[in-house]
Amino acid sequence: MSLLKHHVTTGDGALGPLSQRDPSRSKPLLAIEHLTKHFPLQGGLFGRRRAMVQAVDDVSFVVERGETLGIVGESGCGKSTTARLLMHLIKPDRGSIAFRGQRVGVAGGLSQRELHRQMQMVFQDSYASLNPRLPVAMSIAFGPFVHGLGKTEALRRAAELLEAVGLEPALFANRYPHELSGGQRQRINVARALALEPRIVILDEAVSALDKSVEAQVLNLLADLKVRFDLTYVFISHDLNVVRYISDRVMVMYLGKVVEIGPADRVYRDPQHPYTRALLSAMPSMDPRRRTRQAPLSGDPPNPVRPPSGCRFRTRCPLAEAVCEKAAPALLALPSDGARAVACHVHVPTSGHTRAATAGAE
Amino acid sequence: MEDSATLAADPAMALKRAQQGKSYWRRVWERLREDKVTLAVIAVLGMLLIMVVFAPWFTIHDPYAGSVLRRLKPVGTPGHWLGTDEVGRDLWSRMLYGGRLSLLAGVAPVFLALLIGGFLGILAGYAGGLLNSAVMRLTDVLYAFPSILLAIAITGILGAGLQNTILALTISFIPPIIRISESVTTQVRHLDFVEAARASGARRLTIMRYHILSNVLGPILVYATSLISICIILAAGLSFLGLGVTPPSAEWGLMLNNLRQGIWASPLVAALPGVMIFITSMCFNLMSDGLRQAMDVRL
Repeated sequence: MSLLKHHVTTGDGALGPLSQRDPSRSKPLLAIEHLTKHFPLQGGLFGRRRAMVQAVDDVSFVVERGETLGIVGESGCGKSTTARLLMHLIKPDRGSIAFRGQRVGVAGGLSQRELHRQMQMVFQDSYASLNPRLPVAMSIAFGPFVHGLGKTEALRRAAELLEAVGLEPALFANRYPHELSGGQRQRINVARALALEPRIVILDEAVSALDKSVEAQVLNLLADLKVRFDLTYVFISHDLNVVRYISDRVMVMYLGKVVEIGPADRVYRDPQHPYTRALLSAMPSMDPRRRTRQAPLSGDPPNPVRPPSGCRFRTRCPLAEAVCEKAAPALLALPSDGARAVACHVHVPTSGHTRAATAGAE
Repeated sequence: MEDSATLAADPAMALKRAQQGKSYWRRVWERLREDKVTLAVIAVLGMLLIMVVFAPWFTIHDPYAGSVLRRLKPVGTPGHWLGTDEVGRDLWSRMLYGGRLSLLAGVAPVFLALLIGGFLGILAGYAGGLLNSAVMRLTDVLYAFPSILLAIAITGILGAGLQNTILALTISFIPPIIRISESVTTQVRHLDFVEAARASGARRLTIMRYHILSNVLGPILVYATSLISICIILAAGLSFLGLGVTPPSAEWGLMLNNLRQGIWASPLVAALPGVMIFITSMCFNLMSDGLRQAMDVRL
């Protein structure tokens, strides 16, 4: 528990990842620029491309060494696609990923294989992400094995990692995935992700399918491993409470765009984007006097095939005006807090939004 | 399911199992051993195979030596316990020797189709994209014909004979095997553990070897064994129609056709090759069922 406290506090502390603003610091661990992925929807007689689903659209952010970046948003907002793009499991249409300043997948840059040594991923479905025909130790050992470690060496490392994730190697090494519980399987998946000694681990809804008590155990384990192996997490979840608990910074996505990013505590305490505000007010409160009385948002997100013009949130936004229809707001640092950035016309004094002037004074 | 639950709950048992480190196939074999019906069926097929392969040891009569005096003797005739056929050849001998061709024509096409179709199907499923479309659309063309019709057409063109029968049946079994292999592979390819293997930086062939094959070979194999029974019937059918094995060779389908004329004189004898076809194909079917159950680890 004490470890987790540590994480929560770093978000506000001077030693936290906020030092990213300091230009004298070395390059961020991971820098994503203009990442874009549109999936073609095929239809018609000859499989013509009839439309594009704009799953991830011009997304830029950085991940600092040692931090936990939470990514939240409704389902279908592009969280998982972002994760897969980061891992290079799918090819981006546009945009670049740089690890420690080295671009991935370009001549002279980092190869995908090298990237995979530095970045690993834990999937949501603990069962589907393990080969049902392999004993779990083999699944863990597979990564080191394909990177040239001998079979016995790789299996020895698997045993060490089993130990590290709290599973007795003698008991679990030769089990098959169907003989384990969901929590145990997810521990195996974490061990597998750590087998290549990566710097970054992407956790894509890694605890979402677990029941609450097991979820807490796995979260504690993750916090523990983070310190022990000096890891950086990208933590994707739709569970706002869990994200707040584990993240230093949080990034909010809506329809393939980043709408707000900033230190978790400050974003949760004082959300600046209308969507973030709506999302957070949808969180059930523990205090009965502060219960949510009105549905903060109605309806479903618009169709990502034909997103609204201008700001993508305007169709559901309580503050929408004519300007929101015309121009898409850029993700800009807040004047009052440089560590935070919001993509909303209300926060740009020159945008022409009627509330723009007053918002600055808030 | 119950089995694994109790094991997981009992650490001592789990430890024992972990130390033994049983492989998947070893477990399949253990489950198969529990399944009495499948074991019995495999025993019957094994016996049949031995008797057919070593046919000369089990009979004293030449299957091709007929006698005009001894035509269509009923079952139980001294010296010919299963009777004789329409030209007086010993039926027991002919059943044994006929089994050779019947089993060969039943198993060989499926085996060949498994090699070719399995390879193409797994390749198409794993590669996806254009290659997949090319293979699958070609398969669809062949699929448009019912397999028996396709086989008849091919033997009709190539002419009768054992080789052509095997060839025709192989061609007609390739499409269904391609289709099954492709669909199983496509399914497995999209599972997260393949993504995870890709994320660990493994090359495509390595992933194929360690993650894809072990998950697709079982289902494909089971499907192929279920085709053997159909293949035996089709092979016999082709011979019956005069498109398969040519006289005077002994083959169950052909024998059935030749004995047809004698069905009123000695009905039991005339039906015997049919009974053999029935028993053999049913045994293969039951074996395939048993295999499928034994291989399903999630049960």
